[in-house]
This record gives sequence, structure tokens and C-alpha cells, in this order.
Amino acid sequence: MNKLKSTLGIIAIAFITLTVVSCKDNKKEQNNADGNHSEMSDDVDHSKMNHDNSDGHHDGEKKEMAMSGDGNSQAVLNDYFNLKDALVADDNAKAKTLGATLATTLENLEISSNFSDTQKTELKDIIEDAIEHAEHISKNEIDHQREHFKILSKDVTDMVAITGTENTVYQQFCPMYDGGSAWLSMSKDIKNPYYGSKMLHCGKVQKEIN
Amino acid sequence: MKILKIIAIILLVAFVGIQFIPTTRNQSDTVPKTDFMLVNTVPKTIQKKLQVSCYDCHSNNTQYPWYNKIQPAAWFLEDHIKEGKDELNFNEWDSLSSRRKASKLRSIIKQIEGKEMPLDSYTLIHTDAKFSKAEKEDMITFITQLKDSL
Repeated sequence: MNKLKSTLGIIAIAFITLTVVSCKDNKKEQNNADGNHSEMSDDVDHSKMNHDNSDGHHDGEKKEMAMSGDGNSQAVLNDYFNLKDALVADDNAKAKTLGATLATTLENLEISSNFSDTQKTELKDIIEDAIEHAEHISKNEIDHQREHFKILSKDVTDMVAITGTENTVYQQFCPMYDGGSAWLSMSKDIKNPYYGSKMLHCGKVQKEIN
Repeated sequence: MKILKIIAIILLVAFVGIQFIPTTRNQSDTVPKTDFMLVNTVPKTIQKKLQVSCYDCHSNNTQYPWYNKIQPAAWFLEDHIKEGKDELNFNEWDSLSSRRKASKLRSIIKQIEGKEMPLDSYTLIHTDAKFSKAEKEDMITFITQLKDSL
């Protein structure tokens, strides 16, 4: 009996070890990116990067006015702006929800037959890529969300270049995040989605898109 | 003592029992034309590294370790592989649009740079899958070049 017990014991231990070993998930992503940024921030003079934040106008106020329907690119833009605001507010949980919303909106986006074939293909590629980033945003912690938001922003910018926009959109740019990163906003004010409260006003308006 | 014996027997039966639950093996003899190595010019050393460190979970063919035959380890593996392939399948590389290729390459760089990939749980057993400092630099240089050439 003793022998049986020790054999079983050994099996159980071996088994638990293997289980633990094979499923130990990697959860230490968070710190890398953050560390770099704060180091960088010490060396850069921020006062030069503050632009246009004097009137305290909020994106949120304008957002309400934008059209919200589904199945069109304006809905994508709206969801994108909401997501951006969540990142500005350092709100990981909200960004997750909004990322998921954006992914759904993108999936339902119908490509109008008015576009040329090249544009259609381009839009299809953009949407496919954007969905993937939105999905990642819906599942990850904030540093990771911001990494994906950067590429998502490029996708959305390229989309707007084809579809156009009802309201004026501002392309803004933060030279510090990941070698320089752009995003879109409905307001001229700089509210940095890549740094949030850490460097809320870092960036400048790069372009007006009408 | 009796209780222990009963528990032991139950565990043993359960352990043997779950071995009969079938798992899907991620194995394939053919490498599709869309494979990353076939459509890109990849240096030998990089090829080898990708094969050893990435392809087990990011392609249609896994070199299974011995413990995969034992449950429940096999389930965890199956899960990892499924997730890995969903995210990126090197075998299907060329079916992606340029835009998505660029996105994927960017993610590859971030993941390797941030030591998020290969997973710790993987390199614990596959020690050769680990990236040395030089290997990491070479890989990132290569992937960056590829991304810029898109």
C-alpha cells in the first residue's frame, strides 16, 4: 500500500509540475514601456510642447453633436473618439469596452459602392487591420492598448482620407511616444491619449482634415 | 488512511480517464506557398531562430514535446497553439495585406523587445528558444528592415 501511495504521490507531483510549467502565463508586460517613457520625459523640455490648451474646451462636448448611425464611417470615427477619450482619461476598463464597441462597428461597416475598386480594397484592408487592433484594445492593459491605438489611429486616418468626414478632424502628434505618434481628435485642444494624465498636453496639431 | 486510499484511487482513475479524451494535434507535412520563409528572403540564422522560437505555436506544425502526450498538459498546449495561430500564423503570411503585415511585424518587434515572446512557460522547457542579446538584435534588425521594405 505504501508503495502505491508513494507512486501516486510521485505521479501527482510530476503532474502538477507539468501543469504549472505549461500554463504559467506571462504577465509582466506592463513595466517595460512605462519605464522608457518616464526616463525620456526627464530630458525633454515640455513647455515647448504645450499647444492650444488654454481655452479648456473638451472633446466630449463636440462628440455629442457628431452623427451616430451604424454601418458608416462616421460611426467608426465616433467610436474611435470615445476610445481616445478613455485613453486620455487613463481608463483601462472603459477603453476595453469601447475597443470592443469599435471592433463591432468596424465589422458592420459597409463599404459604399461609390468608391473605386482600389479604394474598396484599401478600405477592406484598413478595416481588417483596425478590427484586429480594436480587439486587442478590448483585451489588454493600458500600455498595450496604447501601442495598438497608435496603429489604429493610422488606420482610421487612412480611412478618413478615403471616406471623408462630416466634421473637421484634427490630426495631432506627440513626438515623444514611440518615436512620434499621431492621433485624431475633434477638438484642436491637445489631450494626449498615449500618456494621459502623465503628459496630458504633450503634442501639437499637425493637420486639419475637413 | 482509508480516505487517502480512496482519494488516491479516484485521482488515478481520473488521471487515466482523461488520457482518453482526444486532442487535436497541430501537425502538417506540407508548408504552404504563403509561408513567411518562402515569400521573404530570410537569412539562415534567422530562419532557424524563427523555427525554434516561434513556429511551434505560430505555424501549422508543432514539434511536440514528450509531455504533450499526457493530459492535462496537452490541453494547455492546445490552447496556447490555438491562441498563437489566431494571432499570427507564419505559414499564412502572404495571405495578409501589406497593411496587416506591417502591423504584425510591428507587433513582433514589440513582443520580442518587451520579452513578452517567446513565453516564459515555453522557454522554461525549450531553453534553445530563448533569445540571446545578439540574437534579439539580429532578429529585430531583420524584422525592421522587412517592415520598412513593405
